[in-house]
Amino acid sequence: MASNKDKGQHGRKKQVSVNENSPVIKAFRGYQTALDTRHDKHERIVKLSRDITIESKRAIFLLQRCAGGDSTETQGIMKQAESKLKEVQQTRFLHVAQELDQEDHYQFIRAYSPGLQEYIEAISFFHYLKDGSLITLSQVEKDLKFPRPSTPLAQPTATADTSATQVSSSSASAKTAETMQKDKNKASDDSAAELTSTSGSNRAEKTSTGGCDMIFVTVPPVEFMLGIADLTGELMRTAIMSVNAGNLDHPVEICKFMRIIHDAFTSYGNTARELTRKMSTLRQSLGKVENACYTLKVRGSEIPKHMLADIFTSMSADGLFVEDMEDSGYD
Amino acid sequence: MTTAAVFSDFQQYLDADHELKEEIRTVVREVEQTAREIQTIMQAIHQAAATEHVLSVCEKSEPQFAKAKEQFSELAKKIPDNQYYRFNDMWRFVIQRMAYLAALKVYLREDRLISQKETADMLGVKAGREDGFHLDLDDFLMGLLTMASELSRFAVNAVVSGDPGRPVRVSKFLSELDSGFRLLNLKNDMLRKRFDSLKYSVQKVEGVVYDLTIRSLVPAGGGDVPSKD
Repeated sequence: MASNKDKGQHGRKKQVSVNENSPVIKAFRGYQTALDTRHDKHERIVKLSRDITIESKRAIFLLQRCAGGDSTETQGIMKQAESKLKEVQQTRFLHVAQELDQEDHYQFIRAYSPGLQEYIEAISFFHYLKDGSLITLSQVEKDLKFPRPSTPLAQPTATADTSATQVSSSSASAKTAETMQKDKNKASDDSAAELTSTSGSNRAEKTSTGGCDMIFVTVPPVEFMLGIADLTGELMRTAIMSVNAGNLDHPVEICKFMRIIHDAFTSYGNTARELTRKMSTLRQSLGKVENACYTLKVRGSEIPKHMLADIFTSMSADGLFVEDMEDSGYD
Repeated sequence: MTTAAVFSDFQQYLDADHELKEEIRTVVREVEQTAREIQTIMQAIHQAAATEHVLSVCEKSEPQFAKAKEQFSELAKKIPDNQYYRFNDMWRFVIQRMAYLAALKVYLREDRLISQKETADMLGVKAGREDGFHLDLDDFLMGLLTMASELSRFAVNAVVSGDPGRPVRVSKFLSELDSGFRLLNLKNDMLRKRFDSLKYSVQKVEGVVYDLTIRSLVPAGGGDVPSKD
């Protein structure tokens, strides 16, 4: 541990020879071990969280590409994104769950919260594009529950790096297809049915690993909602882009969906401090989509569809949004 | 599950969370009150450093410690399993203060450093996380650091109240505590900041000892722990 070395120098100039027999020193040796263990664990989780953030961001970018695209391309991208997200669950989150096993998860929440939020943003975005509905907390939790592996925690090294992510498309897609089917079936079911399907899908893995217990990553509801707040930013981007792609109904749908989220957040007031901070961004995103819908409504009747798309293309390319439309000299 | 249900679930969660926090806050406030009472009692050590006086002050705090113990067990009941760290910011301050008071008391009585386990016992909480409502290591260490600064003050006042032997013993104790803390690999957090000021306490007491020594005011054997009667 490199950190041990540099910290130990604090005030070395004083010649206090450490008397190992002193009860004080003995006690502090114990505290030292306890502190180091906890700090190391914390660091490891922070690292995992960072990886989760990066990979979730990639999945989001991937999904943005398919928004409003034609159906064959979309399907491919959705598959790819799904396997990417599964990869994150099965490697990164599994490690996090292993680190958190037998611990108070809330003790390390600050370490894994950034990654978790980004992941929730990605998975909820995926879920929305697939089903057109909001993912539920229990669905998120279900994905982050794993059978306890029989092997003790392996140090998270380069086991599942970029190379593994590429390979995954072959090995994971088989599994993914199956789970996707399951997800579809269960999307409308209530949580009780969800639970049974969870245990069903896990049984196969359980026998292979030999564990008999479950480990999991706690998803505090507040973290979940913060992820959902971030989702609206992605929805806004999707709405604008789908106009570009000539899909004029999509923005209206998204607008409705975002409004539900916005209204709900408004009603929470300032119960959670972080939530309030995200509110202004949410409001902005919603405003942009609403303006886009307005433009579609007003201009939609007078401009041919493909030309309307052109307007939006040039607008989003310039980073401009709908307010500037009126004086863009389109008469 | 509809989108609306997701949000109403969350609303329920927020409400329950809010309620629980209110309950916790009420109990924490009571513990804080007790801690203040003990603190007030303990302040009497600065008036006279004679061993009998100090011991009687410690004695006086006994009922309050018992009360704190009860209050902590009351608090412990409110916390759901494995969610100590979800709320611990709420009692962090008071448990640190109680740890400090417990450490001070044990030092004054027995001239030695309290252990984490002992502190937990005195507060009526568990020593380890696995066992439930416990004394966090950071909080315990913070308590020790607060005790150090209190002791440096005590050393100065002991001289005034006519016990020049006391600073010598306090100085020894603090320098041992200091070398203990140096073993820890602290992160850049509150504990680290607090620890950085430990050296000033040590220095201050060393200064007192120096002043006394050059004037030959330290009684022979003043640095020895007085034998208990």
